[in-house]
Amino acid sequence: MTKSRFRIDLALALVALLGAALSLGLGPAHLAGGRVLAALTGQGDPIATTIVWQLRLPRSALALLVGAMLGGAGTALQGYLRNPLADPGVLGVSSSAALGGVLALYYGFAAIGPLTLPLFAIAGAFAGLIPLLLLAARSEGPLALVLAGVAIGTAASAGISLALNFAPNPFAAVEIMTWLMGSFADRSLLHVWLLLPCVAIGLGLILVQARALDALTLGEEGATALGVDLTRTRLMLMAATAIGVGGAVAVSGTIGFVGLVVPHLVRRFTDGRPSSLLVPSMLGGAALLAVADTLVRIVPTLEEPRLGVVTSLIGVPIFLHQLVRARRIW
Amino acid sequence: MVKLDHVAVALGGRRIVEGISTDLAGGVIGLIGPNGAGKSTLVRAIAGLLPSEGAILIDGRRIGSMPLRDRAKRIAYLPQGQAVHWPLTVERLVALGRLPHLAPFARPGAAESATIEAALERTELLDLRDRPMDQLSGGERARVLLARALAVGAPLLLADEPLAALDPSHQIDVMRLLRAEADRGATVIAVLHDLTLAARWCDRLLLIDRGRLVADGSPRDVLSAERIGAVYGVSAFIGEAGGEPLVVPLAHR
Repeated sequence: MTKSRFRIDLALALVALLGAALSLGLGPAHLAGGRVLAALTGQGDPIATTIVWQLRLPRSALALLVGAMLGGAGTALQGYLRNPLADPGVLGVSSSAALGGVLALYYGFAAIGPLTLPLFAIAGAFAGLIPLLLLAARSEGPLALVLAGVAIGTAASAGISLALNFAPNPFAAVEIMTWLMGSFADRSLLHVWLLLPCVAIGLGLILVQARALDALTLGEEGATALGVDLTRTRLMLMAATAIGVGGAVAVSGTIGFVGLVVPHLVRRFTDGRPSSLLVPSMLGGAALLAVADTLVRIVPTLEEPRLGVVTSLIGVPIFLHQLVRARRIW
Repeated sequence: MVKLDHVAVALGGRRIVEGISTDLAGGVIGLIGPNGAGKSTLVRAIAGLLPSEGAILIDGRRIGSMPLRDRAKRIAYLPQGQAVHWPLTVERLVALGRLPHLAPFARPGAAESATIEAALERTELLDLRDRPMDQLSGGERARVLLARALAVGAPLLLADEPLAALDPSHQIDVMRLLRAEADRGATVIAVLHDLTLAARWCDRLLLIDRGRLVADGSPRDVLSAERIGAVYGVSAFIGEAGGEPLVVPLAHR
């Protein structure tokens, strides 16, 4: 690792921790910094300890974990598909995972146990990814892929709408809608424990494929000639995205565009190899969501804006800018 | 080194290569023949990138049964018009050639750096090492891609039309590098269209027509006016200039 790469990683990690720390100080109950710190180190009063450990820490931890997972998955998909427009949201993976989650909520499976919702979301993500990667394997250009992603995303959204359409009562519909908009509010430590293994597996599988992603710079035949087993790479990245993003969607709903935007923001600080982009993207994703989740609570609005809505509002202009730039390869 | 035994390749139900048998070992071996004759398909089959019938043996081992990494260490493949999907720097791109030699998770050591350095030096790219790939001219790009293939350090180098889109001076540069690689003991198989360059730089030529091997031997033996007429459908002047062979296609017969 070069010196400048290390500095970037360090800076991003600091921003992520700072955002998470700020987030610990925020909430309806006013707690002074000293009380928060004391609660964190196990020496706080019972009220502060409950608030920090049961309410605030889960929120900060989820922002970091989901951000890292989405940033890592976006970079891995962009590297694998050699396409700067790839992202779990754009490619319909997040929507497919959301459809899985909605089905679990709708049919009441989610009430069976805490693992049901993540498992349904992961299954949904797999169901969206398989046709996508089969389609993308046949095409080197970005157009077919983006269109396939749009088709899969639209199909998943239609399924979600259908569930809302037939929702047994307005409260069920509102519950589904609120979850879909994406947020870390009112989550518990249980959510953190559910997500942690998903993110560990997802990011681990992605890091194992770092060199294969570099080799893919030379296209699929070029990578095969360098000894990369593409079938294995495809399976591992598919599992990484489905498990990681499926888990993230299960605990936080859909938070779009992080995987698309973050690699573009950090790419200029790396040497351009997909492998050199992985860790900065994970740290950058964590930093982005930690800071954004703090901002949605500081900005004075009547109702706290949903994080998924805010990231999409930031992401769309960057996505359009990329589309315009990518036109030359269409 | 390479033994082909009744090799046939079918793509999309069409047979592109048909019954080719020969041994390829040492020197610069030129694969020549008209467009669509099956040269690139044969090269990709030798590289193990296409399924084939018959047998392709590399050092006595069937290409299909070799582990991918073993194969990647023995065969460097330079495809025709290689696409580079991210603007890596020249040095990083050349370093990709060392991937087959790296143990999983191991950091590249001094030996790897030395090999990359040598590949950059042989291709005169030391000054361009920090330049991103999207800021290079066509000639520079071709040299970087060749340096990437040389960095593999494989005993067999397969180059598919390495001269395409290069001006005469860069064409000679590339042929000189291929020649030097063969002089270091490698077997170099190159798909070529310029018959004069093929005659001048190759030790041996394989002439392929409609998927079949129609002539195999020294450039002088393979490149006769009748054969060029029969295979390419053009008449040709074959002579010498300054002691070097000269093959000039003239008009359609």
